[in-house]
Amino acid sequence: MPTKPEAGAAAGNTAATTTPGTAGTAPDPAAVDGAAAGGGEILLDVRDLHVHFALRGGWLDRFAGRDRGSVRAVDGVTFQLRRGEVLGLVGESGSGKTTLGRALLGLVPPAAGSIRYEGRELVGLAERRLRPLRRQLQMVFQDPHASLNPTMDLERAVGHPLRIHRLAAGEAARRERVAAALERVGLAPAERFLTKFPGDLSGGQKQRAVLARATILDPKLIVADEPVSMLDMSVRAKILELMLDLKRQLGLTYVYITHDLGTAKFLCDRVAIMYLGRIVEIGPTEEIFGDPKHPYTRSLLAAVPEPDPTKSLPREVPRGEVPDAAVRPAGCAFHPRCPAAFEVCGWEGRDLRALLEQRWTELPEEQFMAETSTIGDLAALDGQTGTVGVPTGAGKTAEDVAALLAEVRAGDPAEPLWRGVRAVRVAGGHAAAEFFDGVDPGLVQAGGVEVACHLHDPEMTGLADRLAAERER
Amino acid sequence: MTGGPAGGVAGGAARDLVGAATGSVLEVRDLRVWYGTARGPVRAVDGVSFDLRPGEVLGLVGESGCGKSTLGRALLGLLPEGTAVDGRIRFKGRDLVGMSGRELHALRGPELGLIFQEPMTRLNPLMKISHHFVEALKAHQPGLSKAEMRERTIEALRHVGIPPSRVDNFPHEFSGGMRQRIMIALALVLRPAFVVADEPTTALDVLVEAQILRLLANLRTEFDTAMLLITHNLGIVAETCDRVAVMYAGKIVELGDARDVFADPKHPYTRELLRSTISLSTTGLHYIPGAPPDLAEPPAACRFHPRCPEAMRVCAGVDPIEVRAGGGRRVLCWLHGPHDKVPPGGGERLEREAISVADEA
Amino acid sequence: MTQTTLTPAATPEPRPGPRAGARGGLRGALHRLFAPVIEARGLAKGMLWAGIVITLVFVVLAVFAPLIAPYGFAQYQDHGQVFPKQGAPSDHHPWGTTVLALDVLSRVIWGSRTALEVMLLAVVVSLCVGVPLGLLSGYFGRWLDRVLVLIMDALFAFPYLLLAIVAAFLLSNVLGGGVATAALAITVIYIPQYFRVVRASTMSAREATYVEAARAIGAPPRTVITRYIFSNVVQSVPVIATLNAADAIVTLAGLGFLGYGIQPTDAAEWGYDLQRAVADAGAGIWWTALYPGLAIVLAVTGLTLVGEGLNDVYNPTMRRRRFRKIVFPPHPPEAPAGAGAAAADDGTPA
Repeated sequence: MPTKPEAGAAAGNTAATTTPGTAGTAPDPAAVDGAAAGGGEILLDVRDLHVHFALRGGWLDRFAGRDRGSVRAVDGVTFQLRRGEVLGLVGESGSGKTTLGRALLGLVPPAAGSIRYEGRELVGLAERRLRPLRRQLQMVFQDPHASLNPTMDLERAVGHPLRIHRLAAGEAARRERVAAALERVGLAPAERFLTKFPGDLSGGQKQRAVLARATILDPKLIVADEPVSMLDMSVRAKILELMLDLKRQLGLTYVYITHDLGTAKFLCDRVAIMYLGRIVEIGPTEEIFGDPKHPYTRSLLAAVPEPDPTKSLPREVPRGEVPDAAVRPAGCAFHPRCPAAFEVCGWEGRDLRALLEQRWTELPEEQFMAETSTIGDLAALDGQTGTVGVPTGAGKTAEDVAALLAEVRAGDPAEPLWRGVRAVRVAGGHAAAEFFDGVDPGLVQAGGVEVACHLHDPEMTGLADRLAAERER
Repeated sequence: MTGGPAGGVAGGAARDLVGAATGSVLEVRDLRVWYGTARGPVRAVDGVSFDLRPGEVLGLVGESGCGKSTLGRALLGLLPEGTAVDGRIRFKGRDLVGMSGRELHALRGPELGLIFQEPMTRLNPLMKISHHFVEALKAHQPGLSKAEMRERTIEALRHVGIPPSRVDNFPHEFSGGMRQRIMIALALVLRPAFVVADEPTTALDVLVEAQILRLLANLRTEFDTAMLLITHNLGIVAETCDRVAVMYAGKIVELGDARDVFADPKHPYTRELLRSTISLSTTGLHYIPGAPPDLAEPPAACRFHPRCPEAMRVCAGVDPIEVRAGGGRRVLCWLHGPHDKVPPGGGERLEREAISVADEA
Repeated sequence: MTQTTLTPAATPEPRPGPRAGARGGLRGALHRLFAPVIEARGLAKGMLWAGIVITLVFVVLAVFAPLIAPYGFAQYQDHGQVFPKQGAPSDHHPWGTTVLALDVLSRVIWGSRTALEVMLLAVVVSLCVGVPLGLLSGYFGRWLDRVLVLIMDALFAFPYLLLAIVAAFLLSNVLGGGVATAALAITVIYIPQYFRVVRASTMSAREATYVEAARAIGAPPRTVITRYIFSNVVQSVPVIATLNAADAIVTLAGLGFLGYGIQPTDAAEWGYDLQRAVADAGAGIWWTALYPGLAIVLAVTGLTLVGEGLNDVYNPTMRRRRFRKIVFPPHPPEAPAGAGAAAADDGTPA
């Protein structure tokens, strides 16, 4: 994390001063709530948060006591959450959004950074000290079926938080509060549901019960991790509506974790787009969806299938998938998939490998065979940065390899990777591609949002222009 | 709505004739698939008819528990024990209903393909990817030499964008999207005439989903494979399907050109389903009250009437009759006629008790 | 369902229907536990009920042994008259007498009491030790888990009868050669079994979302283990417990046969009797070996049937559903019989 902490801290300060631009104009009550609180106090202040998971190696590694390193599931995240706000954490699987949500509630221990809840530091707090705070911080999980104990009926399941925190005097008082909580989430009449087991309920009813359990202690913050993604389309709207109702009734603040941009757009006041453990763009919902700045946000929005017959699939879908967080790409983590990536985005050896492999799936048979035999084992490209030696195939020369690379480049000059190559040289009997050094992007202000992309950093675009002049044609 | 009464019928008849001339890959007529349970038969599919032409993609949509997956599996003869099937499934002139398990097994692969939701569960974790292909080719095209099989494997994988350098990797070495690509290659390596894709992108992220959908679209034009795409995501249907069938409680309630149906839904269920979908253009929440019925005891007459905002008295009393609208559209709803069959007073609004908010799927 | 005919299905009940639902607390839990037993069908049902009947017979014999048995288990005389040695079955001794002049019928009946006592004691003690250790080990992991697994695996790897003999030998110095010694010796064998099963299911339950949800509502580990994990983990225990009970009878008999079991003066024991009858078999005296042997076989069979039956009932993957034959009703004539028969209407709304 060489460049990250400073950038993150700076971004944090700016975020604190940014207020949603729509205060008071939107008729939607949720938006009004959010905006009203927008100028208000900060409920949760997260700074440069890191969560790492140790990698478990094979049995041989464990036997030999070797450490396989760790995955940075959350890799330096900074944001503020205001009271009454709905913040969306949006990203694909592997973006770290769920881990971040769990870390906010202390369900996974952060490796570094700070989470301040109403001014109190949560990072490093022992479970015992954290427990009283759990009354105010609640979580709703993705799978409503799995988040209820199958052997507890609803009366006990929903009332258990009261019992744990010793908040209801006696069985009768508890039952009354459970019944009230059930009716509040629409499980009415409560008598019909008190004795039901999770197995007797439908998915939507289970998620209602989970919401009843989460709200029975009158919490202040609820982290909702994909609360509707396992539910049928026709039920999602009901649960979202219930969440908005509960927010109004109880003055809740939500962190809404999702991969579904449609529900995020509808529900959230602000949205943070996450990619590989970091926030790449954060700002008011209208701006993010109306004028997305980061190329990743743009491609996400373009790829959402819409039930609109006049819209068809986008021509440009970013290639590849979210990379393995254990071997994070250099520079900007999105650069291997980014259609707009340029000189400083962090091009490296394995990007060249991916490019060649992709090309070979499209070539006709003979050409493909010829090219594979010219270049040696592509695995040698992995892990190389800067000047990357390209292996030579059996019986071929370095000049053949360089010529092939030139041919590949000529075949698709628009490919962003070539913007990152200063030159292809032959030296010491090997062909080598010289890549420009990548720079890790930090969040910078762009319009009303903050975005971690060099395209929006004049310093970086200037640097790229100077580098482009160095490039050999 | 495009023509008069005669026009509608003529259009439909003409389409059928065309279908017969070009040879529909699949003709399903009055298919019923019932599960036997202790509570009586569950009518998962209850009288479904449609045709599928070569290279055509038919989307099948509806809420969970409406019989979509059962229909898909029935078409491939992949039904669990205790299921009864009735009706006709004509595939290339042969009736799949009543065919023995052995005959069906021989057809699956070379003629009938299946793409599942979760690819990892369908790939043997101990077998190299190339081995999966060799097994499939060996079973159905025994004449091939080793080199030919390898060539076919690499070719099939290249088609779906898997680099040849990875054909000897194991399934766990691939990401979710790659595995789904492999499954698609595996389903298409034998060039089946008809493929059922059951929620093929549900487990995938939105960008990978878009990649896979584009891939499927390319492949069907290349191979002329007809496809039944089962999904709960109406957006996917709008973007990838030629026609769409809307299924509710075991019946197809509306079928027609995907653009037409989405632009002008005729059945109240289709309309409500579209309205309740949350997309980027959603500005207000809307939902259908209640839940799909228990198919062991479906509501009498129109099965949607207890949830239908436009239910009439006839809807609760008399089975709806399928009606053809223009452009090959079929609707199973009394709102669209036949009006001479509606009993006197049947057009009045149906008075019902309100459905509790918690009665939902 | 008091609804008008025009509203046939506003789905008043959630779909999974009237199963298990309407009971809470202990009664509900019991109902959920026994419902599958009552609903069992086919082979599982037959096995289960046959096993239950056989087992019940032995339980009745054991409980009412003083009333049923004609003599005491160590009684060799009645009204001053000494029983014959190795006497053939007669009116006084329907199953004959042994080489020690004991009544075989009485020994078999009293033996069932010993078997039941040892079995119950062994199963209860091993449950009480194995289950909590498995829960703790599986939930907390780390060093506790490593140490416990090491010990349990060492015990498990030992030949079980040898282990029981060693335990019996060591315990007999402290407790003497009675029922408690035999039961505890057998307990040592079974603890690792419960430990392993409970630890494995605890480890998978620990990862379940509802456990994380419990942590999220602030439940301390004790609550999580007792209220969330235990109830989901114990479901696998009844099956093992019954099968272990069957096994315990064999092990007890084995100990007795080898002479490490209960002393004949402490209680009647089938294995011991069988051992004393070995010499008789060559001399044509069949009754001393047949009846205790038969008792062992029957008791073990009964309990095994219960265990296997329970396994079938509780293990859903083994459960065979019964299917009703479906007869399709003919289609009503106006129903849409395919595309060709669709009504000729343009579909314009009225």
